Amino acid sequence: MVVKNCLLLCPVFVSAVSHSQITRLYSRFTSLDKGENGTLSREDFQRIPELAINPLGDRIINAFFPEGEDQVNFRGFMRTLAHFRPIEDNEKNKNPPTSEPLNSRTNKLLFAFRLYDLDRDDKISRDELLQVLRMMVGVNISDEQLGSIADRTIQEADTNGDNSISFSEFIKADDQRHERTWKHRLDTHIVTYVTAGVTNAGSTGTR
Amino acid sequence: MSLEEEIKEIRRSGSNKDLDAAPEFEMSDIFYFARRGVESIMDDEVTKRFSAEELESWNLLTRSNHNFHYISLRLTVLWGLGLLIRYGILLPLRVTLAFTGVGLLVFLTSIVGLFPNGRMKNFMSEKVHLMCYRICVRALTAIITYHDSENKPKNGGICVANHTSPIDVIILASDGCYAMVGQIHGGLMGVIQRSMVKACPHIWFERSEVKDRHLVAKRLSDHVEDKSKLPILIFPEGTCINNTSVMMFKKGSFEIRATVYPVAIKYDPRFGDAFWNSSKFGMVNYLLRMMSSWAIVCSVWYLPPMSREEGEDAVQFANRVKAAIARQGGLVDLLWDGGLKRGKVKDTFKEEQQKLYSKMLVGTQEDRSPVTNGPGIVRTAGL
Repeated sequence: MVVKNCLLLCPVFVSAVSHSQITRLYSRFTSLDKGENGTLSREDFQRIPELAINPLGDRIINAFFPEGEDQVNFRGFMRTLAHFRPIEDNEKNKNPPTSEPLNSRTNKLLFAFRLYDLDRDDKISRDELLQVLRMMVGVNISDEQLGSIADRTIQEADTNGDNSISFSEFIKADDQRHERTWKHRLDTHIVTYVTAGVTNAGSTGTR
Repeated sequence: MSLEEEIKEIRRSGSNKDLDAAPEFEMSDIFYFARRGVESIMDDEVTKRFSAEELESWNLLTRSNHNFHYISLRLTVLWGLGLLIRYGILLPLRVTLAFTGVGLLVFLTSIVGLFPNGRMKNFMSEKVHLMCYRICVRALTAIITYHDSENKPKNGGICVANHTSPIDVIILASDGCYAMVGQIHGGLMGVIQRSMVKACPHIWFERSEVKDRHLVAKRLSDHVEDKSKLPILIFPEGTCINNTSVMMFKKGSFEIRATVYPVAIKYDPRFGDAFWNSSKFGMVNYLLRMMSSWAIVCSVWYLPPMSREEGEDAVQFANRVKAAIARQGGLVDLLWDGGLKRGKVKDTFKEEQQKLYSKMLVGTQEDRSPVTNGPGIVRTAGL
């Protein structure tokens, strides 16, 4: 019954996830719901050992909970998981989606963006990037090194000079990642080579 | 794939080139962690071991029917008939047998305890134990197939088995005599324990003694060294798992210098699910469910004895034994601790993940050393 209600209330789901997948996920939802009150709390997620050892486990869990809330119902659970369905599956659907499907590339990138954006102000500041980096590396990298990694990343992605990364800059950085070519990299390295003033021409050799 | 390989795969899908000179950090690295995290939310290897196994087709027991669907009238009638037979005929018979078995065990072991120690006493104790356990096996209608009985545990050894329910004890003890290990309980359980120990030496611990690892180890070694005493029966997982996998073996029993006799127990879930979900059901509830199933069908394999090899530590030995048991029983061999049923996972595992990722970032930074370093430049330039 819950499953049918979900399908009625939220047509977006119909395009993103199939009926049998919904049933499977509902079964999973109930097995995680130890309190049996129809919602999941953060503790319910943390009980999954493989998630608890994930360095970004807490950020991922947070993605399920809307601003300021501590419980997520099945609809919210499904909504977040629908982002991860492969894009190719959309072509198998008979009904064309009325609005952008949850698992489009843009929405997937938005999910990743929100993992970085700790205060949900639609910008990734240097501080936020540092904090997330720190979560991923633990105690194994010094503050200075981490700081320089963060600075370099923001430098590469920031186009409007506000020292933070907006969502459009984030998308563009991902676009550029796809377009980066051999020639571009070669150019970069020739520049480094020349400015270093090293003249051992023998080692340039063939490239 | 390892963490490093997967992240490289993600980075590679963006660019067209090999990545030995990749920048140390890409914002897309987060996709790896996000995907692994969401995968574990959708399904993980551990939490499903602590609840009953799901069956492919229904076995006419309501308890196995997780998502109730009304299918047909005929099936419901069959189910109703099954209900009548199980609760009306089988259950009362079995309960009577159970009471008989337990009662006889307590009574007869107390009588045997009156005899002086010696061969006669051991002989009678053996007979009494076997007989009572066999009555209990009938009480559960357990249909057991024992394989490779030539490997049965001998005196002075330790028998280890995978743990699914308290019934494991009855199943093993009806085919051979063991010295049990456990905590002394109160109530009926305590009465049974106290009378059993009169007939032959079992190892019961007070609750306070259980925490003291050295004391436990000492008592076990002392018992094992006395070759006239029976083999010890231990379940190294420390908790009941649902018989689809074998979880981490606690190393305590493997530190003692003794031959280990591994035993694999596999239940057939179609006739009745033997797994005891102790957070959901108490003991009495559990036994009633057992006695109102169709039957308990299981296979027991006695594996060849193993000993700790030179240069092998207790943990490696434990994992070797665990792998052998998992292989024989057709169970999944997991490294996760069964204690995760109730407790939290240790932070050291998360720290390992962080270390692996840091090595990826810092490692590449070493290649991209300052421009004055000759070899560094040649390497990055020599794409």
